[in-house]
Amino acid sequence: MNLSSEPASDGGKPSTLLEIADLVSGYGGSLVVDHVTLDIGVGESVALLGRNGVGKTTLLETVMGWVRPTAGRVLVDGQNLAGAAPHALARAGVAIVPQGRRVFAPLTVEDNLRIAPGRSRTRRAEVRAGEHRTWTVDSVYDLMPRLAERRTNLGSQLSGGEQQMLSIGRALLCNPRLVLLDEPSDGLAPAVVEQVGQVLRTLVDSGLTLLLVEQDLRLAFDLADRVVVMSKGCIVHRATVPDFRADGHRARELLGIG
Amino acid sequence: MTSTSGGPSPTSASIERPTPAGGVGASSSRRSRARLGRLVGLAVFLVLAALPIFLAPYPISLAGRILAFALLVVSVDVLAGLTGLPSLGQIAYFGVGAYTGGLVAIHASDNAFVQLGAGVLVAALVAAVTGAVAVRASGIVFLMVTLAIGELTHKLADGLDAVGASNGLAGIPPITLYPGGEPLVLAGVTYWWVLLVFLIGFGVAATVSRSPLGRSMRGVREAEPRLAAIGQLSYATKLAAYVIAGAIAGAAGTAWTVQTRFISPGDLAFSVSAIALLSVVLGGAGTLWGPVIGAAVVVLIRDWVSGYVSGHGELLLGLLFIVAVYALPNGLAGVASGRLRRRRAAMAGAPVAGEGQP
Amino acid sequence: MSAGAMGETAKPMLQVVDLTLRYGALTAVDSVNLTVSAGSRHALIGPNGAGKSSLFAVLGGTIRATTGQILIDGEDVTAQNEVGRARRGLLRTFQHSSLFMGLSAVDNVRLAVERKEGSPLRPWPSRRRDRRVTERAEEFLETVGLTSRRDDIAESLSHGERRQLEVALVLACSPRLVLFDEPTAGMSAAETHRFAELVEALPSSVTTVIVEHDLDVVYRLAQRISVLAAGRLICEGTPDDVRADEAVNEAYLRAGRSEEPLFTDRPASLSVTRPDDEENEVPR
Repeated sequence: MNLSSEPASDGGKPSTLLEIADLVSGYGGSLVVDHVTLDIGVGESVALLGRNGVGKTTLLETVMGWVRPTAGRVLVDGQNLAGAAPHALARAGVAIVPQGRRVFAPLTVEDNLRIAPGRSRTRRAEVRAGEHRTWTVDSVYDLMPRLAERRTNLGSQLSGGEQQMLSIGRALLCNPRLVLLDEPSDGLAPAVVEQVGQVLRTLVDSGLTLLLVEQDLRLAFDLADRVVVMSKGCIVHRATVPDFRADGHRARELLGIG
Repeated sequence: MTSTSGGPSPTSASIERPTPAGGVGASSSRRSRARLGRLVGLAVFLVLAALPIFLAPYPISLAGRILAFALLVVSVDVLAGLTGLPSLGQIAYFGVGAYTGGLVAIHASDNAFVQLGAGVLVAALVAAVTGAVAVRASGIVFLMVTLAIGELTHKLADGLDAVGASNGLAGIPPITLYPGGEPLVLAGVTYWWVLLVFLIGFGVAATVSRSPLGRSMRGVREAEPRLAAIGQLSYATKLAAYVIAGAIAGAAGTAWTVQTRFISPGDLAFSVSAIALLSVVLGGAGTLWGPVIGAAVVVLIRDWVSGYVSGHGELLLGLLFIVAVYALPNGLAGVASGRLRRRRAAMAGAPVAGEGQP
Repeated sequence: MSAGAMGETAKPMLQVVDLTLRYGALTAVDSVNLTVSAGSRHALIGPNGAGKSSLFAVLGGTIRATTGQILIDGEDVTAQNEVGRARRGLLRTFQHSSLFMGLSAVDNVRLAVERKEGSPLRPWPSRRRDRRVTERAEEFLETVGLTSRRDDIAESLSHGERRQLEVALVLACSPRLVLFDEPTAGMSAAETHRFAELVEALPSSVTTVIVEHDLDVVYRLAQRISVLAAGRLICEGTPDDVRADEAVNEAYLRAGRSEEPLFTDRPASLSVTRPDDEENEVPR
């Protein structure tokens, strides 16, 4: 299902990496994600915006397999993985950087990274074909030198920003094609958000596909090509970032106090 | 409907939904189920009462011991099934009742009612004192506290010379039913007394189950924090349940002693508590009658069938327990009501509402 | 004690005075003042991490405040726990439905009625008295529209129906003050509408405080709104007052670092400080 109103991904392959079709999910019978349809092309970077409680996190968790949908499809490269276990999603190239980081507190930075799953068999073939770069613990340290400095520190000893970087690094080590990020700026000071933003910018520039939930609009506009706004479980607005920024009234209506 | 002052009355906001197929059928199916239950209960009582006519003394005494054990299991179900407090300590109050009954028989009175009354009273008292502390805990901690209570009582019985220490109380005289009456020596007649005690004990449990206290107990089992949020202290409910369960266990203890005419610390071993809890799970926690059947099955397998499988009765029991946990989530009682529901649904051709309340 | 600065003339049912909740170095609720007049509907809103849940927990009695007072109809209940507050007429609903799941709908409400009007510890049934309790319970079920689900186990009810049952449960306790904790979370549009109608139809003897994310519901139901951000009260007033308030919009539209405007058609959309009231500045 491809909506004609969706702007085509610029440059690169026009293929759709993630296709969410009429997805319905919630916790314990409740309705949180209400018939959501969303396409993300390879190399695109999409920001998912909306007030609290509209279902953004639940949408990400449903895509990742943490929440079982009651209806709809989640196609990764054409393969329907709706309701599949999270490791199946991981094998298909989807990784998540969850809200609140969730690093393993009693493990060191090094251990946190080392227990991330290595390259899977199928993906090694892709790597040999040169489709995308492969991440190693060392290349993660290259991207985020701060983590290298803290490699022997326990997860619980890291600052918020460092934990966020660790969480990103851990996701990268799954060699994902699509990264789901849930409010990476949450609880971080502005200067730290800046640093995290730089790391993410580098990833975006390298061609990684991103679906980013954010409340920090500056970060969202920095990283995304287009925005998708949710309200009460549904997508109520889609626009490119420039178009969205040109319509402050609309934004205030959707994201502000109404 | 009686009109009462205060409180909201039906308003235009009450948006009625169309009655689903099972809606009206549910209450009438409950009534017919209750009627069926009463009929089955009556039939079972008649069979049980008639047993001494058909069975030899040994099977009769086995049946009597099953009844006493079943009453202990009922007391466990009152706590575990109705109130959501799984307990491994009811054997303590069983023991208190048994020893009290025995001591009264030896030193005070032959009268069965006196022994029963004393056993129940002392057991209830001990339950009140220990329960006041125990019910402050919940879940695993409560389970451990009750285990401790059971073991403590076991050790006390073993150590106290006044109750015979490790030798136990022997030479307990047979009961009489009225002053100056004949001592009951026939196994069959004693069995009838045990049956009477069982019916009284079960009756108390069933009455409480249908009372406001019983509903409060279920409230504690289902959502204790919610009870607090509507302004009800769960402590009083739990303590009341604990004392009632203790009293029932005490009655079971006296019923045990009048048959065996011997009580020793070995009868208070932890394994009895474990078997009792197993019976509750096997039979269907919360239904009261299910655990009775569970108790019968467990004792029969361990003591009777065991003879046929060269003493591996307890292995069989363990296997049965595993099967029960996996295949019978609501125990044997669940199987029975499930089958009943399905047949009724097939006859009515309509979906029936969810599990009825025991 | 300070009454609401908005000039309340009606008698206050709930007064929250300088309420503060601190977890060590973290201040979750910072000197919040709140006045809710009897019979009114008051909403509590705010962006993520504003402290709404913490404030709600303190009001409900599950967490004790660090400093400050809570008064119900003039009576200080700050020291009371959940049970005590429930007995004084402060009832709350639960976000993750904490109903008696294994019991039928009518049995759920019966527990509340029994506790309020009966003898919940009576160990024997009484046909007449039990019948009356059941009838009262059925009345409340009818009020919330669940009569047809009377005998169905709470677990088998839909999410919206469970929320309706929660309301019945709360009403059965004859509350003076009801705290709703994100009541429409997870509800479909139809369920949300039904729920809003239910709240609108509550008798005027019931004062309502609602914590909500769904602003449509808030604007429909609330007569007054308090806005929390970073633990502090940044605005209180009618829905129109709140909608127009710059500080509130700031809090919701997190602008981040303010070098250039986020939106090209509203260059003045960032950090506007009200000259008279420092408390309303969005903390950064």
